[in-house]
Amino acid sequence: MLKDITLGQFFPGQSAVHRVDPRFKIVYTLWFIVMVFTASTPCGYALVFLFLLYTVLISKISVKLILKSLKPILIFMIFTAVLNLLYARGETVLWSWKFITITQEGLLRALYMVLRIMFLVAGTSMLTYTTSPTMLTDGVERLFKPLAKLRFPVHELAMMMTIALRFIPILIEETDKIMSAQRARGADFESGNLLRRAKALVPLLVPLFVSAFRRADELALAMECRCYRGGEGRTKYRAMKAGGVDLAAGLVMLAIQVGIILLGRFGI
Amino acid sequence: MESIIKTEKLSFVYDSREEGIPGRVIIDGLDLEIAKGSFVALLGRNGSGKSTLVKHFNAVHLPSGGCCYVSGMDTADDGLLYEIRRRVGMVFQNPDNQIVASVVDEDVAFAPENLGLEREEIVKRVDDALAAVGMTAFKNHAPHLLSGGQKQRIAIAGVIAMRPECIVLDEPTAMLDPSGRREVMETVKRLREEYDLTVVMITHHMSEAAQADRVIVLDKGSIYLDGTPSEVFSDPERLSQIGLTVPNATLLLYNLRKLGADVPLDAFGDERCANAIYDWLNEK
Repeated sequence: MLKDITLGQFFPGQSAVHRVDPRFKIVYTLWFIVMVFTASTPCGYALVFLFLLYTVLISKISVKLILKSLKPILIFMIFTAVLNLLYARGETVLWSWKFITITQEGLLRALYMVLRIMFLVAGTSMLTYTTSPTMLTDGVERLFKPLAKLRFPVHELAMMMTIALRFIPILIEETDKIMSAQRARGADFESGNLLRRAKALVPLLVPLFVSAFRRADELALAMECRCYRGGEGRTKYRAMKAGGVDLAAGLVMLAIQVGIILLGRFGI
Repeated sequence: MESIIKTEKLSFVYDSREEGIPGRVIIDGLDLEIAKGSFVALLGRNGSGKSTLVKHFNAVHLPSGGCCYVSGMDTADDGLLYEIRRRVGMVFQNPDNQIVASVVDEDVAFAPENLGLEREEIVKRVDDALAAVGMTAFKNHAPHLLSGGQKQRIAIAGVIAMRPECIVLDEPTAMLDPSGRREVMETVKRLREEYDLTVVMITHHMSEAAQADRVIVLDKGSIYLDGTPSEVFSDPERLSQIGLTVPNATLLLYNLRKLGADVPLDAFGDERCANAIYDWLNEK
């Protein structure tokens, strides 16, 4: 059951999307979010959609997978759609019953909102689907390096992310083991109401925490023995060099962005 | 004899929390000298001070009394801390808790990155260290998918990448199955020859201690026995007084000798022991 959890799912590949420098990819993802919000006309949305589709296709990530990533937010999308549908003010009334009025503007707004959420989720999942977790942490560290001058603990945060990623599978395995051990002694994790189930988790969480602290202690010692002394004077094994792919991706995005703004101006 | 690690009247006391009550003495005025290039096995029951002692060798612990020197450098000197830690690498019992990164080669690169080496040099050291422990094929693997023995070899590679002069292994095989144990022992012995390393190894496995060229037995924070494996294991009764046993093969030979058989005691390992008995039977 716990084995199914994969955090920051990454699908290795050699496509252009995979090869974009992680720093640029993070920036481009942020840019994509902005892009989604600048689109305001049907053609603008179509352009965003085409760009997203193009990225997915060249990355060779299956469209099914992207759709799957949208599934958890389905309820949220329906909720947003209904709210927009009911509360948007408009002139052209399509249908009305007692206090419920549905207008054409409301319908359009609901559709746009849902599209926006879909684009945002699909676009940001592309980042984690095509970038390995270590590259991602490395990218974050390098991107935020200037903040270190303001005493923002950039290196520390990146190191914490690295270690967290490293220990997730270990702690999941350990949780499984402790669960089996407690079950063998008659613990019941599955029946009863919510409160009862929450209570049943205590004998699981206490040993897990104790063990996590012990591991942290040992890891700190091992790190010290390997001359770890914080980010200062530390060099990097992985090289990151901006290349042609990054520039090309940036130009494509710029073209799309200009297109969206122009289309918005003309209102098509 | 050039020594790499030297302690003079080393003692280590855990301060007690209450006033007036003396602290617990872990190491009690220990004099020890470890020769460069030697392979030392450290034995002793739990609480005898083995782990505490080796933690002095790379300045994780500082002496409460006396001194500890690594290649002539005093471990109490703060300025030499990282120079000492680079020279004396340390590998621990649980491989999971010493691997930092989620990809094998990035973990091996951890120490060289900390040392602030150039990128080309780091890449070279990572490749060298992985080749030295025979894990090159697993360079891009995730550590949690490897076997215990493989993980421990990665941990050793992570230390070798510092190009240390001495590696200290604190029960490196305690959590491994027999095949993993063999893997690690063979790796350690091969590295010792290739890199001209000094090896200090804490172990509970007498058969592993028999492979060293010096065995030190600690008890209550001082040296109980010190000598070659054949010297130390020649007296099983003395060892059993502090709760230790001798390797099985040695015990067999010892008991045969007690019955009047003329067999040597220092035939370590199953094969050599069998040969010794065979020879004795032939002579008879």
